[in-house]
Amino acid sequence: MQNEYDIIVVGAGPAGTMAARFAAEMGVSVLVLEKDRDVGYPVRCGEAVSKAGIEEFIDSDPKFIASVINKFSFIAPDDTEIIIPLEEEGYVLERRIFDYELAKSASEAGAGFLTRAYVNGLLFDNGRVSGVKFEHQGEQKSLTAKIVIAADGVESRVGRWAGLKTHIDFRDMESAVQITAAGINDINNDTCYFYFGKEYAPEGYFWVFPKGNHSANIGLGVGGNIGKKKSALSFLNDFMRKKYPQASVLTTIAGGVPCTPTLNKIVAPGIMLVGDAARQVNPLSGGGIASGMIGGSIAGTVAAESIKQHKPDYILEYEKKWHDRLGKRHLIFNRIKEGIYNFSDEKFNDIAHAVSKVPVENRSIGKVFKTALFNKPSLLVDVAKVFLF
Amino acid sequence: MIEILPDKCDFCGCCVGICPEDAIELKEAEIKIIEQLCTNCSKCVWSCPIEVLKFNRNGAKNNLNAK
Ligand SMILES: Cc1cc2nc3c(=O)[nH]c(=O)nc-3n(C[C@H](O)[C@H](O)[C@H](O)COP(=O)(O)OP(=O)(O)OC[C@H]3O[C@@H](n4cnc5c(N)ncnc54)[C@H](O)[C@@H]3O)c2cc1C
Ligand code: SF4
Ligand code: SF4
Repeated sequence: MQNEYDIIVVGAGPAGTMAARFAAEMGVSVLVLEKDRDVGYPVRCGEAVSKAGIEEFIDSDPKFIASVINKFSFIAPDDTEIIIPLEEEGYVLERRIFDYELAKSASEAGAGFLTRAYVNGLLFDNGRVSGVKFEHQGEQKSLTAKIVIAADGVESRVGRWAGLKTHIDFRDMESAVQITAAGINDINNDTCYFYFGKEYAPEGYFWVFPKGNHSANIGLGVGGNIGKKKSALSFLNDFMRKKYPQASVLTTIAGGVPCTPTLNKIVAPGIMLVGDAARQVNPLSGGGIASGMIGGSIAGTVAAESIKQHKPDYILEYEKKWHDRLGKRHLIFNRIKEGIYNFSDEKFNDIAHAVSKVPVENRSIGKVFKTALFNKPSLLVDVAKVFLF
Repeated sequence: MIEILPDKCDFCGCCVGICPEDAIELKEAEIKIIEQLCTNCSKCVWSCPIEVLKFNRNGAKNNLNAK
């Protein structure tokens, strides 16, 4: 290990490893510091992703694909089920293997990795971030870098130490809990299931994502306003008692999903934020694997260019590039999310009833949306609200 | 003050992401509230998905008296 790197990345999730790979591919020196002992574990994720979302970065490989998804099933509060065929395939991943493969690709590009390295502070030089302090094997150490990329996930503390406001309102954090369970016999392996309504997950949704062999990721997220009165765990227990009392629970994980638009500032002198740390999750779906990889790849490329051209201020370009690629779209998704949060159970039921009149072969997410409007013109007002405000 | 129920934390970081004071320290399998920074706002309690954190009024009183 050197004492000095061009770029130090904090966190070896999808965002951090892609930042590392894209930078290393341009020939700069990169080291990734990860506090956990293994890259990719523990898995705090429903593991659903679109095929296109990952193929921008890695070829699909059966070893990290648990199931191939081509249908969504939406279940309304009154149990009306709407099946929607997807135009584009998706996957439920084995993220433990997926994250590891991503890290391997970064390492092949020349990036170094150090696990069990807990970053607990930053170094500064004239107000500019110039490295990190970290704990490794019981010792306090430090390393200098021209640029630090903070990919430290939902916690996002590293950016705070550089003066960026990264904490989010507790109402915008989806508090999530998920089990992986076996003995889930009534699901199709090609379908992701989403439950809506007050009983399942108010201000959020409940998911059942198949993982093959009658096992599934089953979980939910609720906004902090709901969690204040009833925890995510308690919603999960109610669901399992009602739906799958016989299931055997293989693992349980907790997690937080920051469902907000991206932070206003994701760059400060010498530091860039990527992935969950920058709040780059799609605020409507809560999906952050693909968007985190996109954020990471843009940041890694911009960081390497800034170093190669000796233009430290060039890293500011990352903010604009991210905004153009996804940030703008997330602002709209966030407005839709806020609209949907306010839907009553009756409204979810009405939409489901309207859509159930459309033959399955004619359904697509876009068409379902239009049909819902056509069959229930009063919804137009809600949707207009969602889009306009 | 905020009490952490022993052996229940999953080290997920949800509470850390919303703490306005950066008062929570989270390592691979170790969590700690930095009492000098904590304002007892309780937001972490509301956001914990698995009910690990509790607000303890008596503790808070003691804490204030101690200052
Ligand atoms: C319950 C749940 C279900 C989800 N389901 C889905 C889904 O189905 N599909 C989807 O696309 N997304 C899903 N997400 C979101 C997705 O998991 C995240 O958006 C994604 O993992 C973000 O990647 P990242 O690289 O930004 O952060 P992470 O993957 O969280 O990686 C951050 C890394 O930084 C490390 N780290 C943190 N602090 C330090 C430090 N101080 N020093 C060193 N290392 C540090 C952590 O150990 C971690 O390995 C879900 C999230 C949750 C919680
Ligand atoms: S009570 Fe408030 S300030 Fe204290 S740790 Fe919890 S969120 Fe942070
Ligand atoms: S939110 Fe709860 S489970 Fe997660 S780290 Fe905080 S105390 Fe632990």
